[in-house]
Amino acid sequence: MIKMRHIGKTYAQDGVKTVALKDVSFEVSSGEFVAIMGPSGSGKSTLMHILGALDTPTSGQYFLDNEDISKLDDDQLADIRNQKIGFVFQSFNLLPRTTALKNVMLPMAYAGISEGERRAKALQLLDEVGLSDRTEHLSNQLSGGQQQRVAIARALSMDPKIILADEPTGNIATTQAKEIMEIFSKLHRQGRTIIMITHEEDIARHAKRVIVIRDGLITEDKKL
Amino acid sequence: MKLLEIVKESFITLRLNKMRTGLAALGIIIGIGSVIALISIGQGSQFAIETQIQSLGANLLTINPGAVRSAGVREAPGSNTTLTLADAMSIKNSTTITTINSVSPEFSRRFQVIAGGNNSNTQITGVYPEYATIHKITIDSGSFITLRDVDSLGRVAVLGPTTVTNLFGEGAAVIGQTIKINKQSFRIIGVTKAKGGSGFNNPDDTIYIPLSTMQKQLAGVDYVSSIAVEAKSPDVMTDAQNEIGYFLLGRHKITDPAKADFTIMSQSDILNTVSQVIGTFTTLLGGITAISLLVGGIGIMNIMLVTVTERTREIGLRKALGAKKFTIITQFLVESVILTFVGGIIGMLFGIGISLLLSKILSFPSALSLVSIILAMGVSGLIGIIFGWYPAQRAARLQPIEALRWE
Repeated sequence: MIKMRHIGKTYAQDGVKTVALKDVSFEVSSGEFVAIMGPSGSGKSTLMHILGALDTPTSGQYFLDNEDISKLDDDQLADIRNQKIGFVFQSFNLLPRTTALKNVMLPMAYAGISEGERRAKALQLLDEVGLSDRTEHLSNQLSGGQQQRVAIARALSMDPKIILADEPTGNIATTQAKEIMEIFSKLHRQGRTIIMITHEEDIARHAKRVIVIRDGLITEDKKL
Repeated sequence: MKLLEIVKESFITLRLNKMRTGLAALGIIIGIGSVIALISIGQGSQFAIETQIQSLGANLLTINPGAVRSAGVREAPGSNTTLTLADAMSIKNSTTITTINSVSPEFSRRFQVIAGGNNSNTQITGVYPEYATIHKITIDSGSFITLRDVDSLGRVAVLGPTTVTNLFGEGAAVIGQTIKINKQSFRIIGVTKAKGGSGFNNPDDTIYIPLSTMQKQLAGVDYVSSIAVEAKSPDVMTDAQNEIGYFLLGRHKITDPAKADFTIMSQSDILNTVSQVIGTFTTLLGGITAISLLVGGIGIMNIMLVTVTERTREIGLRKALGAKKFTIITQFLVESVILTFVGGIIGMLFGIGISLLLSKILSFPSALSLVSIILAMGVSGLIGIIFGWYPAQRAARLQPIEALRWE
């Protein structure tokens, strides 16, 4: 499903070159639950951006679903993100002052799905994450854990090939973090592919495979 | 994402930021408002002038004594004595002048008028019967001066409605009553219909008497103060002007037209000049308000740029979730067009209000034209697109990761 071949990423800003990723190669098959770990500055965020088609590598090839997406333009990448990737961010990133329902409906709106269909799907997903009584709440009226559950429902709205979670429990109280991780485990059991970035050992333990990255290189890749 | 949904979402966004939305739209409101007010006042006064031309008679020529002067300037009445009744009669009977209908020699002067206990200084005009047709005077009751009155030096008077009100009170029955003009008695034989007008030569505040009586018994002169001529149609005005001009030059034995002792003016000439001046004035003010619209547009751009910066994170998120460049551009353009368009509509109502208010207070005519409203709406929409373009481009060019990182 995911094939990364000698991916490198170099940032050039004000004439100063920063190497974020040197040479990263790995594969992820359908249905895997992978945690990517590493200290800050290791390049794991950059890897996440490339995996999520938010950024393109400066070298190497990235095959998602047998399609090389390392050379696509902005609008083509937007379609990839919309249809094949579901994002869960550390800081939730819901639209402010917008209802939970509308937030979940947004990616489907960009895909051109009809309003009725969007609403039905969003209600079903919100029910799955246990928020059927919060659909008309504004995003800022929800707790951190609830917001993240809305974000997960949103990530699932387009039935993506992979779910990318970037420190999904980083901004959430411990008890609620556990609930979030249970949702991820449930999604994994349903057969979804999940790639999660974290620096917390006990969060990573929920995954079935851990890739450790350091100084832009993979130093460890183990099954749990 | 469908345009209609983007529009709906933009309305929601704008409603969430009422203060900012209001301030951004204010510039456009003021700009469009003043454009609408100015155009309607300008067009209103032009329309009023056209109506005035109609009421004066579009084929009216006035011959005044005195040398040719710059357009519209006349010397004080009575200071020139070069036009006579004989001039008028020979113009009327001339075989070389073929383009005219009728001729009305006139003499006007102000005299003291006494009726009962009331005393007033009023314009007295000595006329021939033709005066009524040429100047479109209609009789409300009684009759106008007849040729017999003129031939017999009749001591009869026809009063304007304002004069009646001033001397006898509003709507008084005055036919058959006697008034004293310069201590001489005149019998009232008619009252004219109100024609509308104000100021010095108000046709409603005039007393008409036979020209012969005026010349011989009141003023003691043998000249006339002007001769009004009605051409056969507005198309032959220039021909009539030329024919009369050469005929009078011949009669006055003047060879050089530059030394003519009379001037022939058509009313529409003067009024054209006036309406041209008003037109220029309107254009000038229109230019100034165009600048205020420009400033309003820059205000919109400023606010939209602030919005883009403020919503960097949101834009990044939208792009991460699959919004394409075009969608983001459309979203921001729609927002700025809604701002200017709604501002334009409010401004339009505001402008209509102002023009109605001004026309009421200053008794100034105002004409609301559909064209000016459509124009203002179009312009405000266009401003939204032009000044929203740059901020929208900036938003669309934001990279999703940069935008998401932005705190």
